[in-house]
Amino acid sequence: MYESPYRRPLITGDDTTYKKISDDIIIPVEAKPTQWWYMGFAVSLAFLALYVWAIGYLLWNGVGSWGLNKTVDWGWDITNFVWWVGIGHAGTLISAVLLLFRQKWRTAVNRSAEAMTIFAVVCAGVYPLLHAGRPWVIYWALPLPNTYGNLWANFNSPLLWDVFAISTYLTVSVVFWYVGLLPDLASVRDRATGLKKKMYGIFSFGWNGSAKAWSRFEIISLILAGLATPLVLSVHTIVSMDFATSVIPGWHTTIFPPYFVAGAVFSGFAMVLTLLIVARKAMKLEAYITLNHIDVMCKIIMVTGSIVGSAYITEFFIAWYSAVEFERYAFVNRMFGEYWWSYWAMMTCNVITPQLFWSQKLRRNITAVFIISIFVNIGMWFERFVIIVTSLHRDYLPSSWAMYSPTWVEISMYMGSMGLFFTLFFLFAKYVPVIAVAEVKSIMKTSAEKYMKITLEKDKAEESAQHSHESHHA
Amino acid sequence: MSQKFVLGYFDDEETLMHAIEKINATGTKIYEVYSPFPIHGIDDLLGYKRTRLSVAAFVFGCIGFSLALFMQTYMLGLDKWRINIGGKPYLAWPDFVPVTFEGTVLITALGMVFTFMWVNEFFPGATEKQPHPRVTEDLFVIAIKSEDAQGSDVQSIMSSNGAMEVKEEEVSL
Repeated sequence: MYESPYRRPLITGDDTTYKKISDDIIIPVEAKPTQWWYMGFAVSLAFLALYVWAIGYLLWNGVGSWGLNKTVDWGWDITNFVWWVGIGHAGTLISAVLLLFRQKWRTAVNRSAEAMTIFAVVCAGVYPLLHAGRPWVIYWALPLPNTYGNLWANFNSPLLWDVFAISTYLTVSVVFWYVGLLPDLASVRDRATGLKKKMYGIFSFGWNGSAKAWSRFEIISLILAGLATPLVLSVHTIVSMDFATSVIPGWHTTIFPPYFVAGAVFSGFAMVLTLLIVARKAMKLEAYITLNHIDVMCKIIMVTGSIVGSAYITEFFIAWYSAVEFERYAFVNRMFGEYWWSYWAMMTCNVITPQLFWSQKLRRNITAVFIISIFVNIGMWFERFVIIVTSLHRDYLPSSWAMYSPTWVEISMYMGSMGLFFTLFFLFAKYVPVIAVAEVKSIMKTSAEKYMKITLEKDKAEESAQHSHESHHA
Repeated sequence: MSQKFVLGYFDDEETLMHAIEKINATGTKIYEVYSPFPIHGIDDLLGYKRTRLSVAAFVFGCIGFSLALFMQTYMLGLDKWRINIGGKPYLAWPDFVPVTFEGTVLITALGMVFTFMWVNEFFPGATEKQPHPRVTEDLFVIAIKSEDAQGSDVQSIMSSNGAMEVKEEEVSL
């Protein structure tokens, strides 16, 4: 397929070959991990231990060990749940939506972004499970016949929709990711010997690279992408309906589904950047995850950030325009009430910082991008906190107004969930090629710097030949 | 089950495609081609019909849709022990949209992946049927059954069209 040689290359370097792509990406899987890996992994494990401890404490003592009260009955737990689910969305967007749009830059980042999705959804899923109070009977949320006179689950409730949405999302993400992994696991298998060959042989399912397998692979990737695209939109839509279908001022808003989806993509891309900026450096993958990749992802952050920003402003306007006293109060209270600091933290991080990406200089400055991506992660956490806590803490009855602050259990569980996330990510980076090797090879001829130069020269030669031909006739 | 094959090794997909065209011109049947990544347009050259996986996807989608919709209709509307929720309608169809959608997607995705594994004969621990381990790295291989290659000059066609190596070998493909 022809690709304009004037586009920016997606693989840099003058010595790119198929072999070199395999070597560069697979050697980190084969080699002994670096000291940095061990250190990072140890820190993650420490946080994971904190997580396990906090959850154990919670299960022993009950949900009362959180700082929730009868007014603010959703706190950090649901904030973290929504935050983690949102982070997951970028992975699916990159691997599914960009596949449908045939975006070639997707190939270098889809594998790790999709892994991030899976790990983030795992972290998210723990929160509602524990919030339910008695996780050992969580199967009551499933439509199972039971001995209490067949009391079925209530399918009119968005909370139940969420059970289905999140579990479907996790399942589909895992199978989509795994199918994409088969060729690369086979690649590791074919380079390895001994026990390693055996293990990767089991997990690569007998992948053989035949034209038939590839043809089916391409179709199934397309179909799964076609399924995952509406799925990812539905997931955060349904998460937003947990709020929007209630009658709490500040939650009861029709703008929520698109606003939540945009916010999810926004925060997800920030997390992708945070992770990849470190990973490309640590694993020496700068030739594959280039400044051009970072540049386009920053553009997506800018666009979705602007959508989120206009949603905030629209929400505010509608609260005033609705002329509903409670609605107006909820929004003024957000801005100037007891939790004003969380509102302004959200506004600064989510509305102002992404606008910096209008500057190409900043989009291509790694340090700046890294810092801004952290700001966006923080801002999106505050967004969920603002929506949940500021709306709840002053309800219809002033005598029940209350304040909420987390206990050490909630704080440890949040930090601990990062531990879980990074532990999984470190294991992923060690045992699986973090870039889709086969997919990068398939764009080498069109998008590698080396081959683009050849095409450019060829084009120029043809053009000048045509010119001389024309002038000859004239 | 191993069998004798004529194998042509290439190091580039463009020369490989060119060689396939040349072999097609002789009318020799190519058994299979192996490559490290999907090659655009190779299906047409090898005469592969479009896979029917998308038909399977549609069927699974219909199954998932009906199952999810029936489940909700039965539990909330048809069962003897349906729940009266504040006197609201038993069958509130708009409320069934999200779960019906999720059910459709779930059954389709899982069904598709199992079909994909099944038609390819992929399963955990399956032995790979490939002519050379480097086909997952940078090697492109054309495999022709020896019996099909007999009486034609495919071997010399391949070597004169950019094959690095052509040999006849007993492999299980």
